[in-house]
Amino acid sequence: MDFNDTPEEAAFRAEVRAWLEANAELRGPEDGGGVDLGELVDDETLSAAKAWQKKKADAGWACIRWPKEYGGRGATAIQGVIWNQEESKFKTALNIFGIGHGMCGPTVMTHGTPEQKERWIPKLLSGEEVWCQLFSEPSAGSDLAGLRSTAVRDGDDWIINGQKIWTTGAQFCDWGILVVRSDPNAVKHAGLSYFVVDMHSPGIEIKPIVQINGGTGFNEVFFDDVRIPDANRLSEVGNGWAVAITTLMNERASIGSGGGRAGIGDLLRLAQEVELNGAPAIEDSGVRQKLADFYVRSKAVQYTGNRTVSALSQGKTPGPEASLGKLVGAVLIQEIAAYGIELQGAAGVLNDHDNTAHEGSWQERYLGIPGLRVAGGTDEVLRNIIAERVLGLPPEARVDKGIAFKDIPTGPPSK
Amino acid sequence: MNFDFSDDQKLLQQTAKDFLEEHSPLSLCREVLESDAPYSQSLWKGAAELGWLGTAVPEEYGGAGFGYLELAVVAEEVGRALAPIPFSTSVYLATEALLLAGSDEQKKRLLPKLVSGESIGTAAFTEKAGQNGVESVEARVDGGKLSGSKLPVPDGEAADVAVVAAQGGKGLSLYLVSLTGDAVEREAVRSLDPSRPAARISFEGAPAELLGTEGDGAALAGRVLDRAAVLLAFEQLGGTQRAFDLTREFALQRYAFGRPIASFQAIKHRFADLWCEIELARSNCYYGAWALSNEDDELAEAACIARLQASRAFDLTAVEMLEFYGGVGYTWEYDCHMFYRRAKSTSVVLGNPASWREKLISRLEADRAA
Repeated sequence: MDFNDTPEEAAFRAEVRAWLEANAELRGPEDGGGVDLGELVDDETLSAAKAWQKKKADAGWACIRWPKEYGGRGATAIQGVIWNQEESKFKTALNIFGIGHGMCGPTVMTHGTPEQKERWIPKLLSGEEVWCQLFSEPSAGSDLAGLRSTAVRDGDDWIINGQKIWTTGAQFCDWGILVVRSDPNAVKHAGLSYFVVDMHSPGIEIKPIVQINGGTGFNEVFFDDVRIPDANRLSEVGNGWAVAITTLMNERASIGSGGGRAGIGDLLRLAQEVELNGAPAIEDSGVRQKLADFYVRSKAVQYTGNRTVSALSQGKTPGPEASLGKLVGAVLIQEIAAYGIELQGAAGVLNDHDNTAHEGSWQERYLGIPGLRVAGGTDEVLRNIIAERVLGLPPEARVDKGIAFKDIPTGPPSK
Repeated sequence: MNFDFSDDQKLLQQTAKDFLEEHSPLSLCREVLESDAPYSQSLWKGAAELGWLGTAVPEEYGGAGFGYLELAVVAEEVGRALAPIPFSTSVYLATEALLLAGSDEQKKRLLPKLVSGESIGTAAFTEKAGQNGVESVEARVDGGKLSGSKLPVPDGEAADVAVVAAQGGKGLSLYLVSLTGDAVEREAVRSLDPSRPAARISFEGAPAELLGTEGDGAALAGRVLDRAAVLLAFEQLGGTQRAFDLTREFALQRYAFGRPIASFQAIKHRFADLWCEIELARSNCYYGAWALSNEDDELAEAACIARLQASRAFDLTAVEMLEFYGGVGYTWEYDCHMFYRRAKSTSVVLGNPASWREKLISRLEADRAA
């Protein structure tokens, strides 16, 4: 048992570190960072993000885990972790490529034809083109395979109609991965096909969603007779679900880590700064008990992440058990944020940068976190994944098996 | 980074597991639980012969000379088996106290006997309800003679030597006291977990030998408890995993409404939550073992988070076990109550969760002030 790098890992870290030091500035404690609460990306942020990605790509430090033939370094999983750990210590541009590099790229590499890979992968890697994901629909979230947007064949094209939702960054993206229903008469999972769509196509309308925290990082995307060439289809017609699973497995692998940023350090500081019943809150035994519980859990999530890294280091592939970090971590961040507001007493009602403890960051977190609990799998979906894939418990009894999709019962459409 | 046990340590763990599966089935725990015997002598002898009692004791004192990572994996198996032996008291408390503070002469005289199992040690700290360590101790030592009463003394009937907390001339100190002399009266008391029973022990002028520095008892007891907390957390982890595995098997076999009950989301989601609690406990335990084996400054914090999360996971799992089994879980005949008893007992025996939470926050404050 050893918390330190192996000699090979240490050498790689030094190499990474040297390049980062030559090309970026170290992040200070005042530089913030942490939880992404779904903010809109402005033009300036966008060009800075593309410039940083280009710089990395030119030096061979972009998408290092991708095979060399696609511009990566063929790096190991632990090297990927080391790169991420080191890069996060520097003041770099916002990473707007998480979905493209974490999910779209690996899917195209797995299921694309040589021509498709040639067309898309290099510009995805270099940041010249940005990608988004068009999976969820108003009536298909946790039950993604229940999606209803349609693709109808027309000569060499497909014509797409319907609506997607929760698409991060749709406004500035060039390409999107899209799952649609190509055969409503087939059973649910067999009627889907998978496309790459040009986000500049006529007939695509993008409307930002206003979140509960006022942010507008996500969008609704409407398709009105949008044409996609058949050459942009990934894998066979009707095999879309298998391709989508590839995407989702990569999503799970790219979430997971986190945990250390639950905010327990800030909460301890806040408890020392504010009073409760006329004395520093930290002296109250009830507060102390609560802080201790948060601390135990924060550390447990952090060390569980370390065990995952350790498994990677030994060449093992973390499986569905990586769901734990998100399931436990998101609830914990939410509880800590809620308690951060409570510790402020009646002033907890404020959400004003200049007049609230810690510049209103507790209220901001509180309003941002619910998104984290549903993104990339709700708590309930994650519990199913753990129960079925980790613990081997039987799947749910289902009423949508073996019948044509069009005959599956459905509720009224959501607003 | 390697946040895992080595192959050799895993092999040791597997050997311990195999041995206990054969020699310490749950029926052995039940046998002790249902009898007046305070522990299983045959299993104790077996554990001693395998060298487990001296896993982390240097060879010069008769031990195996391994480290705490090895002791931790053995502890996990002892916990998984609900082994009815005074392992935690004799090894994590008495032996560790001697290793920490004993003079060379004391170690040479006492450790070989503890390692061979010929002698069983324990710690007698608390005296009444509401105590979690050595606070408010009233027992006194005057002129080398101990007077006072201790309750509960874990494995107090089985042990023949105790590390006793008492007020000395220079304040609270720890003493080594033989429990077999005339001035010691032992009384069996009914215990929540009779497979690991406690006793009341009264001392009326029993010879007491100073352990460590006089007046340093509180600090020393704190260090002993930190070490014991990590090791007991591994026992708790093993017990939790066993309870979880048995419950999972049961839920897969048990049918209701035409389906295995393990197929209902109401049950599956609770299994998923328990699994998370156990994995979190495992992570904190591993960190504790690392801190313990490196004699790291972080042990003070690591012990708290290992003990708190392991106690929580064991408590929750044992409670759910009875619930998932339904009516049969509440019968004497089924084994669920042995886990239920062990979980609650281990969550308080070294001090309750509230006291460890307080300890954790105090230590974090001290770190921040430093």
